[in-house]
Amino acid sequence: MTVYAAPGTEGSLVTYRSRYEHWIGGEFRAPVNGRYFENPSPVNGKTFTEVARGDAADIEAALDAAHKAAPAWGRTSPTERAIILNKIADRMEQHLEEIAVAEAWENGKPVRETLAADIPLAIDHFRYFAGAIRAQEGTLSQIDEDTIAYHFHEPLGVVGQIIPWNFPILMAVWKLAPALAAGNAVVLKPAEQTPASILYLMELLADIIPPGVLNIVNGFGVEAGKPLASSSRIRKIAFTGETTTGRLIMQYAAQNIIPVTLELGGKSPNIFFADVAREKDDFYDKALEGFTMFALNQGEVCTCPSRALIDSSIYDGFLSDALERTRAVKQGNPLDTDTMIGAQASNDQLEKILRYMDIGKQEGATILTGGERSDLGGDLSGGYYVTPTVFEGKNSMRVFQEEIFGPVVAVTSFSDYDEAISIANDTLYGLGAGVWSREATTAYRAGRAIQAGRVWTNNYHAYPAAAAFGGYKGSGVGRENHLMMLDHYQQTKNLLVSYSPSKLGFF
Amino acid sequence: MSTPAPLAPEAGRTTPAPAPATVERVAVTEAAAAMLAQLRTQHGELMFHQSGGCCDGSSPMCYPDGDFLTGDADVHLGDLRVGQDDGDGGAGSTAFTVPVWMSRNQFEYWKHTHLTIDVVPGRGAGFSLEAPEGVRFLIRSRVFSDAEYAALGGSGTVAVGTTA
Repeated sequence: MTVYAAPGTEGSLVTYRSRYEHWIGGEFRAPVNGRYFENPSPVNGKTFTEVARGDAADIEAALDAAHKAAPAWGRTSPTERAIILNKIADRMEQHLEEIAVAEAWENGKPVRETLAADIPLAIDHFRYFAGAIRAQEGTLSQIDEDTIAYHFHEPLGVVGQIIPWNFPILMAVWKLAPALAAGNAVVLKPAEQTPASILYLMELLADIIPPGVLNIVNGFGVEAGKPLASSSRIRKIAFTGETTTGRLIMQYAAQNIIPVTLELGGKSPNIFFADVAREKDDFYDKALEGFTMFALNQGEVCTCPSRALIDSSIYDGFLSDALERTRAVKQGNPLDTDTMIGAQASNDQLEKILRYMDIGKQEGATILTGGERSDLGGDLSGGYYVTPTVFEGKNSMRVFQEEIFGPVVAVTSFSDYDEAISIANDTLYGLGAGVWSREATTAYRAGRAIQAGRVWTNNYHAYPAAAAFGGYKGSGVGRENHLMMLDHYQQTKNLLVSYSPSKLGFF
Repeated sequence: MSTPAPLAPEAGRTTPAPAPATVERVAVTEAAAAMLAQLRTQHGELMFHQSGGCCDGSSPMCYPDGDFLTGDADVHLGDLRVGQDDGDGGAGSTAFTVPVWMSRNQFEYWKHTHLTIDVVPGRGAGFSLEAPEGVRFLIRSRVFSDAEYAALGGSGTVAVGTTA
């Protein structure tokens, strides 16, 4: 067991600056309007740094820097860019522990996760796209003996990226790695809940990334995000967030005729077929862990397995064991490596989760465990903590249909395969799903029948590079985590070449 | 922050209302109404669109009216009536309305609940206008009674726990 010292206190691996400006053109640059906003840690609710409150003028400055850098960056060879991405990965690896502590402190998530998942995955993501861009080839088609169509990949130019707060660094890297690999310059707007950790990382990478290739402007959505998303000076916008803002961003993109990729969340079903409980063996134990994955990252995951569907023939016994597993989740100081669940990322997030506890009860759902804010006492009293909560109810209830983004799972039963699939697909979303079965045919059929972009089969919440991730239905447009994402950040240039010495004969 | 402000009847509707005047789908607390009045002086006429999905989803998003394009994919839930009509003989009227919208497919899952827009301290979301003020609009929900639901044109019981 290790308890890391809080950033800024004696013995801590991490010292945040007391103030962060924007990162533009390879250096910190003060906001044009001179304004800053306070950045509290969800761990204790206290402000630990202040961050530039950007607006349209800062976005323009960042776009200036990006446009200045983009032509030369776009002409670098894939080899050169791959080397830079690998250097980024190596530097992050050298500083993994401190980046992990910085991330836990800003987001409120357990350092256990940032050490084992967020930051190692981010590192691997840079390495994956370093490899992918080296291996990418153009194509050619032989139209006839003397005519060839060559297809080249070209960068889009300058792109905008708007990042969520639930995995501040990893979500940024999911978008940055392919964009940079493909040769684009980026203006990135972090979430206003988590503006600082990405800048902490940026300082570590300052000597590796050429000035202007990656620019970071912080601020509120309406003041900084909107001018970026609606700018006529970007060639693409990528966003992870919710549906209304997703629609608004598509609307702005329509005005500028640029592509968008959107990841807009879900209400992921996690299906446990009867054979799961055939034996009380390691597989059963793994399935119980799979159920409890709703508490990972405090439930603040777009693919939180927030609807558990359990075969009625095993319902009582499986649920009883699952509740026992849920009650064993250890909540505590996020900087303690024994802590399994930390703090919700913000006060309004906490309030929203508590409102869902209320509507769930009104609708007739039963709280089987949890269901309240928890006060961890001492210095953590001001933090935003919620106990892992299990609701039992019906799929038509709002707690089954809306992404609560908290450690809350809604449980119901199904009588047969068809009903399981019907309930699983009765949702506006289609991002993730889980299927648990010892029978390969059942697991395969269910996985293909569920309308979701990612179906974890006998596992959950793994996010390796090389496995495409993205949504069906209301969950968005495009894929991440896979080399196909290079297409989302590239133009196709076709050279149609005639090698014939003879005229066509028309004129 | 939980006292609903008085609501006007059907004034200002731009699409046919789904409910009789006596039963409203949406309301606003006094604290949220005060924030709307402040935002209106900064941004002009306002609108809400209820979000769903990731991160800051399931939250009401407040925009300058018309900034978010609504269409056949949306339902107009009603208009929040904010401010006072009377005061100094009309000239000092501070009353205005704020339309509230939701995606039609999302409404199918929400239609049995009354929604009250409140405001809490918080750190913003999306491009919603209140974020820079250090607050966040938030939905408080109440399940309609069977009588209210019938008056709104719904059929059957709203005790969804027994019907699905």
